[in-house]
Amino acid sequence: MSAPAQLRIIFKHIDEPGYTNDIDCYLRNGGYEVLKKSVGRKPEELIDEVKKSGLRGRGGAGFPCGVKWGLVDRKSGKPIYLIVNADESEPGTFKDRYIMHQDPHQLIEGTIISCFANNVKQAYIYIRGEMPEGARILEKAISEARAKNFVGPNILGTGYSCEIYVHRGAGAYICGEETGLIESLEGKRANPRIKPPYFPAVLGLYQCPTIVNNVETLCHVKYIIEHGGEAYSKIGTPGNTGTRIFCVSGHVQRPGYYEFPAGTITMGVLLNDVCGGPLPGRTFKAVIPGGSSAKVLRFGERYKGKRKVGPDMVDYDWGVEDVPMDFDSLAMIGSMGGSGGVIVMDDSVNMVEALANINAFYSHESCGQCTPCREGSLWMKKISARMVHGDARPQDGALLKSVADQIPGRTICAFGEACSWPTQSFIIKFKDEFDAYSEVKKTLPADRTVLV
Amino acid sequence: MNLKPETFQRIDEVITHYPVKRSATLPLLHLIQEDAGHISDEAIAWIAKKLELELINVLEVVTFYPMFRRAPIGRRHVKVCRTLSCALKGGYKTCETFEHEFHTHRGEISPCGEVTVEFVECLASCGTAPVVLIDETLHENVDVAKAKQISAQIKSEAAQRR
Repeated sequence: MSAPAQLRIIFKHIDEPGYTNDIDCYLRNGGYEVLKKSVGRKPEELIDEVKKSGLRGRGGAGFPCGVKWGLVDRKSGKPIYLIVNADESEPGTFKDRYIMHQDPHQLIEGTIISCFANNVKQAYIYIRGEMPEGARILEKAISEARAKNFVGPNILGTGYSCEIYVHRGAGAYICGEETGLIESLEGKRANPRIKPPYFPAVLGLYQCPTIVNNVETLCHVKYIIEHGGEAYSKIGTPGNTGTRIFCVSGHVQRPGYYEFPAGTITMGVLLNDVCGGPLPGRTFKAVIPGGSSAKVLRFGERYKGKRKVGPDMVDYDWGVEDVPMDFDSLAMIGSMGGSGGVIVMDDSVNMVEALANINAFYSHESCGQCTPCREGSLWMKKISARMVHGDARPQDGALLKSVADQIPGRTICAFGEACSWPTQSFIIKFKDEFDAYSEVKKTLPADRTVLV
Repeated sequence: MNLKPETFQRIDEVITHYPVKRSATLPLLHLIQEDAGHISDEAIAWIAKKLELELINVLEVVTFYPMFRRAPIGRRHVKVCRTLSCALKGGYKTCETFEHEFHTHRGEISPCGEVTVEFVECLASCGTAPVVLIDETLHENVDVAKAKQISAQIKSEAAQRR
């Protein structure tokens, strides 16, 4: 079967020959026309379009963007801030990088439209520290847009003013968590805030109402305002509207980024037809569907249950390959669509060693504020690293899971869940490998790829 | 503080981006580290004074964020991604290659002073794994052969400088 055609609305110009990231190229391609039309409309109308579109946030949680905007406290009299979350850090995710590097004005136009819709006068783009080039490109793009009066005081003569500044992070994953990001932007350690009371929509940056949206989400906003919320809601499937960008990495023939209408392709089509299938002589073993914190799926397992199709409840019986790649279907089978980062592992991988790699990441990135997460992620790392580099014991799997089970729900932010889901799911799905690892490791090829 | 005039200029400019001075802590640390190479005690005291903060407010930020360093590093900073997608494609071998080529260990300045090789967590370019960030430039698909080639280029540039 040949690969289905992509629908590139956000990645329309990514990797297009001759397309450059300066404003002249953007203007030649119809850039800032949507902004020009937007500032002539009522802000509430724009918010309504986003609500109608059904757009769900592309940062990981999939929270409806229109609802998020609806929660903003507009009566406090305090300024409203908008922060672009460009702290792309969830392992397996690499879509925002390309938008910022190759098509930065798309993001800036989406940001200013969103600011106008929400009466925001000051926006910040919080970009991760490891993207210095991206930060420079964005700063240049903002100054180009300012020179053309798309950003800054009295935008296009409307009397509406809005400034955007780029703010660089410094290597901490937790800054992707919106309240941690806000603390970081205030010049502090990125320790996430407890909700309630610190919902950003009410008590965000400088204790003012704040909207935090992902880079890709704001690009979708631009598209929605251009084409209308209703037209957008017809792309994809009900509840999972618009397109999704899948970032595929690991053991496939053609890793990369692919944009499709949400929910219209299955994991099997994505990995086999789009990405060319497994490497020669290999078979797929496991896939993490939505960034490394998403629960792992094991090839060969079946998922059964009832799901809603239109007004009816129908039975489903899926293998990994049959699962539609949308937020709801992946949640239904116990994982998540998250940030769209799909990490594929083939039969050359030992799952204990893969988990040890993931655990080292989360241990390194725990902010340390809540004991269960700080200590739990550290012990999960220590135990799994010992299994690989020292003595592995048959009871280690159970020990790891007992640590993981004591973290979720006991922490201020969702990092507690993020760090325990890999361990919990690896041990449930690949119990055989954890139980047998102490014996099996003696027979594993010495020249296998080192994972930890 | 002994910094380039343009660094002082950029510092004064960036403080104006925020309604609260403290927000400029990370930008100032970046600017000073880019100029001076690392964050000294003097820099921490200077930033605290500049932003009207206590010393601890700056120190706790420096120790929290992995990118800020308290000691000098080699002429170039070689950051190899350690996280899963890169590891699956041989990231550990890539890192070892750099260590071997420069007779060094992770986190140390190489004896020639040219590089500090380090593992870092996900660089968000998993589709072109393994990736390596050298100073501000991202290198993609860095297998052993490409790591050797990059190392040779760094060495030849170093030789020309002498």
